[in-house]
Amino acid sequence: MKSNVGKLISTAAVALTVSAGATAGTLDDVKAKGFIQCGVSQGVPGFSNADSNGNWTGIDVDACRAAAAAVFGDAQKVKFTPLSAKERFTALQSGEIDVLSRNTTWTYTRDTSLGLDFTTVNFYDGQGFMVRKDLGVNSALELDGATVCTEQGTTTELNMADFFRKNQLEYVPVVVQKADEALAAYASGRCDVFTTDKSGLAAHRSKLADSNAHVILDETISKEPLGPVVRHGDNQWKDIVTWAMFVQVNAEEMGISSKNVAKIKAETKDPGIKRLLGAEGNMGAQLNLSADWAYNVIAQVGNYGEVFERNVGPSTPVGLPRGINKLWTEGGVMYAPPVR
Amino acid sequence: MSDNTTSSNKSLLNDAGTRAIIFQVVLLAVVVFVSYYLFSNLQANLANQGISTGFEFLNQPAGFPILIHLIEYTEADSYGRAFIVALINTVVISLMGIILATIIGVVMGLARLSNNWLVARLATVYVETLRNIPLLLQMFFWYFAVLATLPIPKNSIIFGDFFLNKRGIYSPNPIFQDGFGIVIAGFVISIIASIALIIWAKRRQTITGLWFPAYWSSLGLIIVITLLALVVSGFPIEFDLPQKSRFNVKGGMVLPPEFVAVLVALSTYTGAFIAEIVRAGILSVNWGQTEAARSLGLKDSLTQRLIVLPQALRVIIPPLTSQFLNLAKNSSLGAAIAYPELVAVVMGTTLNQTGQAIENIGLCMLVYGTLSLTISIFMNWYNKKMSLIER
Repeated sequence: MKSNVGKLISTAAVALTVSAGATAGTLDDVKAKGFIQCGVSQGVPGFSNADSNGNWTGIDVDACRAAAAAVFGDAQKVKFTPLSAKERFTALQSGEIDVLSRNTTWTYTRDTSLGLDFTTVNFYDGQGFMVRKDLGVNSALELDGATVCTEQGTTTELNMADFFRKNQLEYVPVVVQKADEALAAYASGRCDVFTTDKSGLAAHRSKLADSNAHVILDETISKEPLGPVVRHGDNQWKDIVTWAMFVQVNAEEMGISSKNVAKIKAETKDPGIKRLLGAEGNMGAQLNLSADWAYNVIAQVGNYGEVFERNVGPSTPVGLPRGINKLWTEGGVMYAPPVR
Repeated sequence: MSDNTTSSNKSLLNDAGTRAIIFQVVLLAVVVFVSYYLFSNLQANLANQGISTGFEFLNQPAGFPILIHLIEYTEADSYGRAFIVALINTVVISLMGIILATIIGVVMGLARLSNNWLVARLATVYVETLRNIPLLLQMFFWYFAVLATLPIPKNSIIFGDFFLNKRGIYSPNPIFQDGFGIVIAGFVISIIASIALIIWAKRRQTITGLWFPAYWSSLGLIIVITLLALVVSGFPIEFDLPQKSRFNVKGGMVLPPEFVAVLVALSTYTGAFIAEIVRAGILSVNWGQTEAARSLGLKDSLTQRLIVLPQALRVIIPPLTSQFLNLAKNSSLGAAIAYPELVAVVMGTTLNQTGQAIENIGLCMLVYGTLSLTISIFMNWYNKKMSLIER
């Protein structure tokens, strides 16, 4: 019920805001209040998850931390708003949050009709299926007649429908309001299959008590580029969030990490790196940020490789291989425009 | 006459009637202006933010599936049809909930007044437990806790052609063949005959005082004629039987656990409140009324039906209306456990796919408003019908 109340308030807020103040100036607002309000999930390990002390970690959390490091020089100046899938866009539209970083898939409709702009992609994903091992299912095409649990308000719902229609398979959809309850329904045996993005499947599987009894099927049925989202029409703010991410990818490509960034800044002769780290020129001026904003991002949050390894890499409970999220130089699709 | 001449001499502003009209007009103008301002501001803001507006989306294909649909629905149908499906789901669960809650409430209310110590205490425990636990929690309890104890489809509990498992209750699905029209016709004719019989019996009793068991004979009439029609037409019904398949039980008719959980939670929760209302209503009728009826020689059952209940109903109906309204609105909690009612489908999926919060929330508010007003109007009519006619 809370979500509905929130929505009503947001709607009222949209109705009441004087039109001139509704867009532009997120950077000024953020600077004035002293922190970034960041919309995250209600708990997807590796992407955005709070520990028992209320500290948020994850790849999506780090996208907000990078923006905070760029704006304030302090990655901790972020406050988090946990949102369900169906609440997230309204929260951003109404100005309740400044950035939506909640494993959100970039799609045509969302980019064009919601009044939102996707900034960049911080994780390339695709939808998959998880089933119990003892069902003996080896392929998604064997799922004729299965009952499928999923969370409401995601691209998952549509992809699932498209997949079963395309392959002329029958299925029973059980669409639950929150991811955790969808997972609980799957775990209790209400469904044979749980479906969401593959990264999410790995994250959710790590939450199950008998996680070894479940298997993620090989098929990937969709493209799910996930990334942070901002309101449409505030180009400066969009640039900041976008480039905070691009800087991390460039840093990895240049071999700069949080561990060696201070040393490199002091010693490098490379004018490109000098520009990036603010030792030469002022790359921050165009964005209304300090000259060393990129240095702060790398020093406090790390490069993209570090962020990936720390949150979802093979050594974490989520345990995802780097896969197509490798740098373009290593055979992946992670590619950032040059800082110049 | 003299009054009129004096008042026409006074200023128009000092006339009470004129002033009242002026105030009304001013107030109306303010309301219209504020609404217009809010609306145009909203439009401008949405346009500025590049958010689509309008109801065109209702004609576009929805693309998402809905678990329970009483009318034909596929993913290729429009958002408008998805809305209708959700609306039907909300209305069905509300009406069934209201009927069940009333039955439970009356039974439990009477049980609390029972002379049997155990029955009365059990009813008290029921009322105090269910009305003091949040409804959402009760829904989760029925959906997750009770569901978890049922077997998986492979090990379904089987009674003949009925299957019970975590995925629902599966029963044979009747498929009506040619010739079923005769059975329907027989049923309709028997109902018309019953109504005629009841009217005749009532008239005869008013005139002659002779009593005839019209209700029981009508019931017999309906059953006999319908059965006869079935035999004559040669049982034109076939059953689609549920069968086990790899994942689920296939075929037959399914009652999904989401529906059962919402219905049980809604009706037992509201039933607890209704039980108290019924108890209060019956206790409000003075004992002297019962004594008076007995001294006239009325049987106990007739005393209850003709003397106590009509008077108790006058106390019961107004708070009962509120409970019915609560139940209809509480059905929106079904969204939390995957029952595809209005909030789940329209404010959940549709809103998320289209991003049009204002239109979708507006639609939902309109539906709940209409549903509640309809229940209100019906209950007010019933209340008026039942109220004491003073002579």
